[in-house]
Amino acid sequence: MASEESQTKFNRRKFLAGVAIAGATGAAAPPAQAVTSALLPGATPRPSALRPSAIVAANETVAPPAMAKSEGVPASDFMVDVIKSLDIKYMPCNPADSFRGLHESLINYGGNKSPEFLTCTHEEAAVAMAHGYFKIAGKPLMVCVHGTVGLQHAAMAIYNAWCDRVPVIVVGGNDLDASKRAPGVPTFHSAQDISSLVRDFTKWDDQPVSLPHFAQSFVRAYKLAMTPPHEPVMIALDAALQESTTLDRAKLTIPRYVPTSPPQGDGSAVREAARLLANAERPVIVVDKCARTENGVKLLGELAEALQAPVIDQKGRMNFPNTHYLSQTARGRALLGQADVILGLELSDYWGTVNGWIDNGEDDGSGLQESHVKPSAKLISISSILLNTKANYQDFQRFQVIDVEMAADAEATLPALIEAVKQALPANQRAAVEARGAGLKKAWDETRDRTRQAASYAWDASPISTARMSMEVFAQIKDLDWSSVGGDRQFSAWPTRLWPMEKHYHHIGGPGGYGVGYGLPAAVGAALANRDAGRFSVNFQPDGDLMYSPGALWTAARHKIPLLTVMHNNRGYHQETMHLQRMSNRRNRVAFLGKDLGPLGTRIENPDIDFGKLANSMGVYAAGPISDPNELAPALKKAVQAVKAGEPALVDVVTQPR
Amino acid sequence: MHILAFAFALALAASVCLGQGAFAASAEHGKIAFMQHGCWQCHGTMGQGSIATSDGKRLAPNPLPWEAFAGFVRSTNRSMPPFSDKILSDGDLADIYAYLQSVPKPPDVSAIPLLRP
Repeated sequence: MASEESQTKFNRRKFLAGVAIAGATGAAAPPAQAVTSALLPGATPRPSALRPSAIVAANETVAPPAMAKSEGVPASDFMVDVIKSLDIKYMPCNPADSFRGLHESLINYGGNKSPEFLTCTHEEAAVAMAHGYFKIAGKPLMVCVHGTVGLQHAAMAIYNAWCDRVPVIVVGGNDLDASKRAPGVPTFHSAQDISSLVRDFTKWDDQPVSLPHFAQSFVRAYKLAMTPPHEPVMIALDAALQESTTLDRAKLTIPRYVPTSPPQGDGSAVREAARLLANAERPVIVVDKCARTENGVKLLGELAEALQAPVIDQKGRMNFPNTHYLSQTARGRALLGQADVILGLELSDYWGTVNGWIDNGEDDGSGLQESHVKPSAKLISISSILLNTKANYQDFQRFQVIDVEMAADAEATLPALIEAVKQALPANQRAAVEARGAGLKKAWDETRDRTRQAASYAWDASPISTARMSMEVFAQIKDLDWSSVGGDRQFSAWPTRLWPMEKHYHHIGGPGGYGVGYGLPAAVGAALANRDAGRFSVNFQPDGDLMYSPGALWTAARHKIPLLTVMHNNRGYHQETMHLQRMSNRRNRVAFLGKDLGPLGTRIENPDIDFGKLANSMGVYAAGPISDPNELAPALKKAVQAVKAGEPALVDVVTQPR
Repeated sequence: MHILAFAFALALAASVCLGQGAFAASAEHGKIAFMQHGCWQCHGTMGQGSIATSDGKRLAPNPLPWEAFAGFVRSTNRSMPPFSDKILSDGDLADIYAYLQSVPKPPDVSAIPLLRP
């Protein structure tokens, strides 16, 4: 039991203690039947139900005594002032008592604006929404999570944001004082150090113990998160601190946020990189998360044109227009094999860029490794992630020897590199540079024709080809200001191969850490940012991914977030199918299918999920399942109209695997 | 039955000319074997391929010559695992080949309005 002092000071603890006891100590309780009957007229008492104690019964049925009025200003009101100073527009969130003080201040004192509370059905979805939002808006959101269990739910999404270099301000409610917090559930949900769970994949964390400390920590957290490399940060927020009051509000100050300049490459390293590139016969630029902004796209274009160098886009962001003749992603392997100088800009995996790995069981089972580049090729890297590498999780990938390596933000370094390249280009090489460009123009035309040809195969197939699905969607939205807010690598990357991607918001890349469950909520978050910018959002949604957090559909409906979701419903976890097939073959055994169309455990069928009904049940306009490609256009047309009217819509398309 | 749901009208049994002799092969059964042995998971139900799972390579229409096709299936050391005759019989392999031979050519790309530049 809490002490008398604590009972007087924190009435909430009495209430929580009662709730906790209800869950933990029902065995010695008085009759439950009367209480149950009173609460649920007509309900049939279950013999196995635990009987509540007298305290619980009173807490559940008797009006609580008037709360003692506290003097001073609620501490969480000041916290809201701090949060508002940073103009954080939304807070996707699943509610929890460990941050109820802050929650109450946000909606009552703060007026539910900046941030606006967006109700989420899972913490993983809440963080993924913030993830997607940032990649369109360029601004971070704040997500409150329940200490311990809510943070555990959120952890995978935080890891995705970490790998994808996306800032999210995570606030975890926690009840620190073991002598005062309620026993039972609230204590199950408290910890000495909740942030330890995510410390390996957050940039910084703190647990403020006073309001001045909170103000410093929150502004510092925001500042660190927003300094490239962008990353999530974590504030553990004591429940008692939130619910305390202060008599000194006038003396409390909020530190001013001043953005930190992103790190730029060292001058001598930039000049050396420029010298190598300018004198190369076959320079190649590879980009992953290079363009943080629209200006990054423009700068990359300037560099590529100055060198007439092909750009291979790994599509972690929309880095480079695929309509530009220097966009040569489809020829990546061949170009890398011929290259004498390779410039990697914010690559997640440099080793994997210049090497191949075949999962064929060779080399004592570790697979076949092979270099894709000439031994003499010079490698240059500009990446800010070097500044923020930790030991435990292996997102830093295999070690690759680099000839010129800059621990710097690529976009911030590009102006200096472009200038240095222009100065370093030998006058007698300009004709060769121009000729290189002419060859790449021809190759671009040929690649585009080959891609269109490839899309025509299985055009009329059922299940519907992913190329057909992609182009049917594009036909409906091409005249709108559209934004593709889902990944496409799982269905042959047709949108980024065939749709004209020119603006930074035309696609947003993938999840970063490839943790499943990112797709739908991240798309909802990105669509939220696009809604504010007046854009149309479309998301191609894998079926397996959706089932991790389908509640994001409800959040989109509840908060009027317009988003066209087109199901890539291949009825399976196809990433895993091949692993099972490979293991079976390697062991010379027939893969067991059961009643399915793929190795047992990798299919999502028998019964098939009706995603239209699922969406409908949560207030989302829906159509499908559609297996006939000729039925796609009319269904999509109606769904686009629903989205244009401000609603989310879902079209369930039964598709080919990839 | 899902397999039947995927099946569509196929030509009747086709004859597959093998390097060391000829025997009848069934495109219809080949379609079923193509599904049951998991070929469709990476290559698509019509052998159209994908850059995500088959490095963009197509199996059909116009499959590789039989010798190259069968040799690859039996002994590849690339991402696709080899299928020994213990897990894929010679008959099923021939039927699969017959099925791939039966896949019709797609419409000309210029005749597909959605694919015009």
